[in-house]
Amino acid sequence: MASETENPNRRDFLTVAATSWVAVGAAATLWPLIQQMNPDASTQALASVEVDLSPVKEGQAITVMWRGKPVFVRNRTKAEIEQANKVPVTDLIDRYARNDAIAETAAASDQNRVKKDHENWLVMVGICTHLGCIPKGQALGDNKGDYGGWFCPCHGSHYDTAGRIRKGPAPENFKVPTYQFVSDTKIKIG
Amino acid sequence: MANHEDTFKPGSRLSQWLDERLPVARMMHGQFVDFPTPRNLNYLWTFGGILTFCLGVQIITGIVLAMHYVPNDKMAFDSIEHIRRNVNYGWLLRSVHAVGASMFFVAVYVHIARGLYYGSYKAPREILWILGVIIYLLMMATGFLGYTLPWGQMSFWGVTVITNLFSSLDAVIPGLGTAIVTWLWGGYSVSGVTLNRFFSLHYLLPFVIAGVVGLHIWALHVVGQNNPIGIDIKTKSDSVPMAPYAVMKDLFALFVFIMLFAWFVFFAPDYLGHADNYVEANPLVTPPHIVPEWYYLPFYAILRAVPSKLGGVVLMFGSILVLLFLPWLDTSRVRSARYRPIFKWLLVLFFFTFLALGYLGSKPAEGIYVLWAQIFTAYYFLFFLVLMPIVGVLETPSPMPRSITESVLGDRAAPAKS
Repeated sequence: MASETENPNRRDFLTVAATSWVAVGAAATLWPLIQQMNPDASTQALASVEVDLSPVKEGQAITVMWRGKPVFVRNRTKAEIEQANKVPVTDLIDRYARNDAIAETAAASDQNRVKKDHENWLVMVGICTHLGCIPKGQALGDNKGDYGGWFCPCHGSHYDTAGRIRKGPAPENFKVPTYQFVSDTKIKIG
Repeated sequence: MANHEDTFKPGSRLSQWLDERLPVARMMHGQFVDFPTPRNLNYLWTFGGILTFCLGVQIITGIVLAMHYVPNDKMAFDSIEHIRRNVNYGWLLRSVHAVGASMFFVAVYVHIARGLYYGSYKAPREILWILGVIIYLLMMATGFLGYTLPWGQMSFWGVTVITNLFSSLDAVIPGLGTAIVTWLWGGYSVSGVTLNRFFSLHYLLPFVIAGVVGLHIWALHVVGQNNPIGIDIKTKSDSVPMAPYAVMKDLFALFVFIMLFAWFVFFAPDYLGHADNYVEANPLVTPPHIVPEWYYLPFYAILRAVPSKLGGVVLMFGSILVLLFLPWLDTSRVRSARYRPIFKWLLVLFFFTFLALGYLGSKPAEGIYVLWAQIFTAYYFLFFLVLMPIVGVLETPSPMPRSITESVLGDRAAPAKS
């Protein structure tokens, strides 16, 4: 009389164990198929670029490519820096500095978005944090938006002279990548 | 509808031999010759056949174009020009494929509007309708992937904007959206890697569509076609065999449709595209005014009508997904809007809303355009989520004929026992 119905636990255990093992196998098989779509080794290789700043005069800006993305480098005027400093952090849409070199929770003050003693240099990933367009504001004749920084024509986001979002649908300030001053006139991004 | 008379007779000994082993000819005869179709179908019922034709055209032209196209960021743009200028009949094949995508969407919008007007989504056609919504979603995905391939400015920036929609998920779980976008791109920006995988998926999805179309037609042939009065076939006099009646009508409509198709192909092959897509993709310069292909414009308008990034994305996807719940949102027992005096006008207003959103989607997102887009977006959702359930209960339907036969023949059909 030692039939299976009298002792269902053993059969249940085998069923559950077998099914779980099949799930593990399926997941293990699926993993490479999904993972192959993530950035490959050549893309991930931490490409860094050195940028010579000497030709960029006060008030001018250049765009360089880093990891396939445009990086805005702007030599800000005294007035622009002052304008950025005057804004209380509490007035900002995004109150975080978004600077890879410092703490995630650091406030979005102007000092937290630049390097000490190089406050005139603003270096940021030039991609609108809304849907990824390249905002206007690098060239002299460009529309710089209501706050004198950058303006994204795609969906109307306005950034100020510290690259902080002030108006429009973008949720975050421009991201500041990690970079160092190799010399007074040269930076290394990445 | 599976219980109609079977008039299939194998003509030769070979076909009889085959019929005893794999009765595929018998099945086709039963489903596409003997199959009873309502005798009162109007020309709006010809778009199913037209859509099948469109899918076939896209697959055939797509397969031959893939023999010449190069899915590489350095060569893609030039390879399209190579197809247009050097490949034998390449100008024709490329135009048919590009115009074909637009014509496919023209037809699908008519087909969906017909379903809405005549209540084709209602019981027992819920699964049929849901399969249709899935096909539409797959079409949108395929069209989007395909528009990437010419690697022009609109291709590049369209991909950038649309894939970035997923980054809005960062507002739900920090990092999730960015991880998904990086995964989709295969890098930290849209690049040749992205183009290559989009080409692979663009080749795959049409066959998935073909599979779901098979299920859609299967479901249709289980429950039978709806018709302008929304009353099912009850007697033999309500229906005619599909061949030759419906087949000939479908063919006539198809030829008219092909004339329009051909006019675009031969006289205005680029009219439905965007001039900026004849500028090669440049990751450093965003075109001043990014617009998607015309068939996505209403949804693009909804996306931009919302001032929040996540909110816009949610409403945009929601505006399509809401269609899946239509069979249960519509509470009326009457199918056809022809007999629904209030609903009919609300639906006409909805059609106008959809067209208006399309117009607004093509305009810059500023000033009065945004306000109107918000008003029409509000009506879009109000129609489905509020008006549809309420009107179905409150409205008094107008008098209906008792049967298809009566609706066609009027009094002359009256006394027949049918």
